[in-house]
Amino acid sequence: MNKFTSVLLSGLMLFGFQSGMVQAAEPIKIDGSSTIFPITEAVAEEFGKKGGAKAMVGISGTGGGFKRFCRGETDISNASRPIKQKEIDACREGGVEYLEFQVAYDGLSVVVNPANYWVDYLTVAELKSMWDPSAQNTITQWSQIRTGFPDKKMELFGPGTDSGTFDYFTEAINGKSGSSRGDYTASEDDNVLVTGISGNPNAVGYFGLAYYEQNKSSLKIVPIKEDAGKDAVVPSRETVMDGSYRPLSRPLFIYVSRNSLKNKPAVKSFTEFYLRNASILSEEVGYISLPEQEYQRGLQHLENL
Amino acid sequence: MNKKRIKIIDSIFPLIGLLITLLGLAVLAALLVDAFLDGHKRLNLSFFTSYPSRKPDQAGILSAWVGTVWIMCTTAMIAVPFGVAAGIYLEEYARKNKLTDFIEINIANLAGVPSVIYGILGLGIFVRMMHLERSVLSGGLILALLVLPIIILATREALRSVPSSIRAASYALGATKWQTIRFQVLPAAKSQIFTGIILAMSRAIGETAPLIVLGALTYIPFLPTHPVTLSEKFPFLHVSFQGFLDPFTVLPIQIFNWVSRPQKGFLADAAAGIIVLLVITFVMNGVAVYLRYKSQKKLS
Repeated sequence: MNKFTSVLLSGLMLFGFQSGMVQAAEPIKIDGSSTIFPITEAVAEEFGKKGGAKAMVGISGTGGGFKRFCRGETDISNASRPIKQKEIDACREGGVEYLEFQVAYDGLSVVVNPANYWVDYLTVAELKSMWDPSAQNTITQWSQIRTGFPDKKMELFGPGTDSGTFDYFTEAINGKSGSSRGDYTASEDDNVLVTGISGNPNAVGYFGLAYYEQNKSSLKIVPIKEDAGKDAVVPSRETVMDGSYRPLSRPLFIYVSRNSLKNKPAVKSFTEFYLRNASILSEEVGYISLPEQEYQRGLQHLENL
Repeated sequence: MNKKRIKIIDSIFPLIGLLITLLGLAVLAALLVDAFLDGHKRLNLSFFTSYPSRKPDQAGILSAWVGTVWIMCTTAMIAVPFGVAAGIYLEEYARKNKLTDFIEINIANLAGVPSVIYGILGLGIFVRMMHLERSVLSGGLILALLVLPIIILATREALRSVPSSIRAASYALGATKWQTIRFQVLPAAKSQIFTGIILAMSRAIGETAPLIVLGALTYIPFLPTHPVTLSEKFPFLHVSFQGFLDPFTVLPIQIFNWVSRPQKGFLADAAAGIIVLLVITFVMNGVAVYLRYKSQKKLS
């Protein structure tokens, strides 16, 4: 086995050049939603470049992130929905107090195939009839959604049950987070949904707005009517920001542990840096920034601590 | 059946076999070409020396590939001694009884357990109970558990293939059992054991699921502490084991993250990462094939 151990050792030596890179003493620990990951990654990258402490970011999902956060394992938790009562209780039990900050908006887009000529808009009620648990195995044709739609088979695509997007959509449309029909093509990877919908003329599905914006040529966006009396609204930067695209736009949050703010100075300066730069960085990675006064309010909140 | 028909069947079967083999190769080739076309532009030195970034053309795999090397070394250091020792025991020493049967059945079962289950096990035992955090050591331990059955089975297979005449000759010269194993059987089985180890490692290198369950990170702008650093004082080398307790990310996780991003540029990064991972796996498998070839030549 001598040869083998020497192979191992030389393997270790091989990446010796990295020894010059110094590691900061206590990195900032962040975990949570993969939706917000790109924003937090961008902030962490810039913060590091400006000489700030190192921050590392995981993608355990909103729920998984809170589990760790409430055990005191992380300093900051990314969340694509507000914290749930169950998680508030867990945090209390774990002795973790926190501050909540909104950092950006995300719009959910409902899309169909470009060859779809019949859908000009959908109402929330129609979306509900499409996605409600009771629709399972009964609502299968487009003609069942609205009279006048052709009698074609409806092919549904959506995110899997672990995603915050799924939680948010089901809550906004079906009235209860997590309640959805199960007989649709599910993927945690939104690019898979894009490919599925762009390849199937009878398809309909939903995912984050950024994925539509990057694939405009192979998808058709569906304007949404909140109720029959209102105008149909196309999701865009403007309509999400001014709140007229309802109910499928959502705020994205970070939750910061008070303990970490108190005991790790780097966490406080990181949070401050986050709020000061989130408007530019969130747009850069495909999300929609909050109105400036929201960030100012967050900063004030942090100051008053 | 008449003779002619038998002959036709006889000549058709290899044809079908050849077609199926080529089909598999064609799929692999298509995959490779596709990944190469998407990713070759990103394959430059800075791709290997940069940390991930929000800008696809500046993003790199430094933390990912260094993490992968760390995890692979840790996995090997744990799985190889345990796996080979267990293989030797079960093949050479263990008596045939119910307990041995029980162990053997369970090893075979473990080899078939989905890898994500190992991740959950590791999260419970290594991270939560033993407080090893989401460290290189936790990741290495999980992957070591994952590949242990493969190494044990490969070791046994290798020992079994050593001709009994070698053992008989050794005993005839008065060697003890341990001497026989240490100086005759193991050297004869060495290449085959290495083949098994390398194949096990090339399975471990592509694993994502157990490490994601463990909570391995995705964005990490620093590397595990290097085990050996130069120092000014005697003996001029500073050895540190801190790296085993540092957080990490690996190539498959980085690729997984890039593939799911909306910007097209990240898909090119992902393809480049896939090429790197594939090349490493090919090289490892190539070494395994070479060793097997060598051992076959020697024994026959």
